[in-house]
Amino acid sequence: MNMGGPDMAPHSPRRSARPGEVGAHLDPVLTVSDLQTHFFSFGGTRVVKAVDRVSFTLHEGETLGLVGESGSGKTTTCLSIVGLLPRAARIVGGSVVFEGEDLTRKSQRELRRIRGRRIAVILQDPMASLNPLFTIFRQVAEPAFFHQHLRGRSLRERVQHLLRAVRIPSPEWRMREYPHQMSGGMRQRIVGAIALAGGPSLVIADEPTTNLDVTIQAQYLDLLKDIQRETGVALIFVTHNLGIVAKMCDKVAVMYAGKLIERAPVRELFDDPKHPYTRALLGAVPKLGSKEPLYSIPGQPPNLANLPAGCSFHPRCPEAVPRCVSEEPGDFHLGDGSVARCWLVEGKNEAGAHRGPTRS
Amino acid sequence: MAQPVLEVRGLKKHFPVRHGLLGRGKTWVKAVDGVDFAIHPGETLGLIGESGCGKTTTSKLILLQETPTAGSIAFEGRDIAGLEGTELMAYRRAVQVVFQDPFSSLSPRMRVEDIIAEPLEIHTDLSRAAIGKRVGEVLELVGLQPDVAPLFPHEFSGGQRQRIAIARALATNTRLIVLDEPVSALDVSVRAQIINQLEHLQRTLGVSYLFIGHDLATVAHISHRIAVMYLGKIVESADSDTLCARPMHPYTKALFAAALPSHPDDQQQERTIAGEVPSALRLPSGCRFHPRCPSAMPVCSEVEPTLQPRDGGGVVACHLYD
Repeated sequence: MNMGGPDMAPHSPRRSARPGEVGAHLDPVLTVSDLQTHFFSFGGTRVVKAVDRVSFTLHEGETLGLVGESGSGKTTTCLSIVGLLPRAARIVGGSVVFEGEDLTRKSQRELRRIRGRRIAVILQDPMASLNPLFTIFRQVAEPAFFHQHLRGRSLRERVQHLLRAVRIPSPEWRMREYPHQMSGGMRQRIVGAIALAGGPSLVIADEPTTNLDVTIQAQYLDLLKDIQRETGVALIFVTHNLGIVAKMCDKVAVMYAGKLIERAPVRELFDDPKHPYTRALLGAVPKLGSKEPLYSIPGQPPNLANLPAGCSFHPRCPEAVPRCVSEEPGDFHLGDGSVARCWLVEGKNEAGAHRGPTRS
Repeated sequence: MAQPVLEVRGLKKHFPVRHGLLGRGKTWVKAVDGVDFAIHPGETLGLIGESGCGKTTTSKLILLQETPTAGSIAFEGRDIAGLEGTELMAYRRAVQVVFQDPFSSLSPRMRVEDIIAEPLEIHTDLSRAAIGKRVGEVLELVGLQPDVAPLFPHEFSGGQRQRIAIARALATNTRLIVLDEPVSALDVSVRAQIINQLEHLQRTLGVSYLFIGHDLATVAHISHRIAVMYLGKIVESADSDTLCARPMHPYTKALFAAALPSHPDDQQQERTIAGEVPSALRLPSGCRFHPRCPSAMPVCSEVEPTLQPRDGGGVVACHLYD
């Protein structure tokens, strides 16, 4: 399936200002390796592997798109990184190394010092992240108050600066108002201001634009890009919208049934998707100006409590071979920097001898 | 051309808003303010716009959930405002609706067979056995097995529920289905299934759709014609292909600029328009889009443009093309 068309050869010039390449040789901001998060229910007799051996890295100024359908484990992956898992869930293996420290070994007390300052989270529904009873000032000021110990005038100036950074008009007035006085797009920008308040090096945005109108969504995405260019913050963008990935991300990780089934730089993923699920996802999105029937993946995403044997995707896969039913594929590292978990790519210009089901 | 299934002329719906002491002041929200369109048999009209543009109010007017302030809606040549008794029932039978969220539009306490049978019980005098047979038929039409009929909605995924909602809408030999953002709540792969299914049903049954949405690519994919709404008015309307090839109204252009790319290399060069949709309580003077319009001229804040024929067919309301 050629997603691009003739003018989109894989070697087309890259975007000029690619902040990801600046830091590419430095230590990554975030290294997630073999992360396993399981949900335990019925006294531990039932185990759901919500995140199963997920690995990826993220450098300064880079944007990673974490893509998948509902229930594929994207949100649980993010909650595992920041240590905000629900009670029933536990990280049972792997590590999350953020700026040289393994977050999975930290206590909640230590994590509280990191969250809101060095890692910030933007959630889908801004009304659920904002407290309707407090003014905008109080909510945007909180991270600077607790983490940077700002008080009085410097705190007010900091809040105004942040609101101006997210393009809130006349911040000195707006900061005295309450969330209900703002439009949906402004609320989401306020949440963005709170996220930036501590000067984070990593922002996790979990479907931040799903509730916004298209023109407001475009404004918000442009704003995030501008902020990233100015501050060099690393972004994880959780989404099921491949258009957002194409617009925003430097690299992509596709999740299916708790596993990362493909990781690739964004152009490689769109030009030459390796995993049949990725191909199917790309074919299922309507394209402007095309009336071709959409590719529809048969069936439903599997129940994580009752996964099929072998590759979890095989019952829906149009290209499944007998081996897929019985044996689970590991990660195959391919020459163009992508990693796919599929038997079909085995031996296809594989880079290095990595075949095991682990490590990047 | 054959008679349209539905013809809307000068449709207006103004809601009163009381304010001031004891609610003595009164202003009007012009949710729908003079809308014209027609839907022909077997055709899909896409209605696109941002929240607050009046697309859902338009659908409510068509479904007789609201009475219009002015204007007319004609179904197969007859004005629906005066319908009574059996004629009204016949209209309600022929025009059905599918909502965005299949989790709240299906009663959790009714079995699938009862959900689909309900319109049949109300609108037809079929026997129980015949109704049961029809339920099986429409379930097969939407790609479900007839033996799921005794199950409850919670036993289905989002996509399957949306299929059940479509089956219910189809049960009574429907002529027109109002689809109010039917795929917005669904996952990508399931969304494709439902869109393909809707297109297939239209080809086989000749049913017409009014497809309301905000995602340009989805609306353009399923629609034959598209009408773009902004603050209660249609600002541009044309064949889907014509509109995609050459959008003319600055708002339509802005929607295209805001549409997400399908590949990292086709990034939009132009920046998206600034600002937000203004409150419908205080409509801008002249052209309603002029405060956000990148090509606004002095005349735009004074004179409201009217819909004029545009190049390549269709109509556009903009002073740029006077």
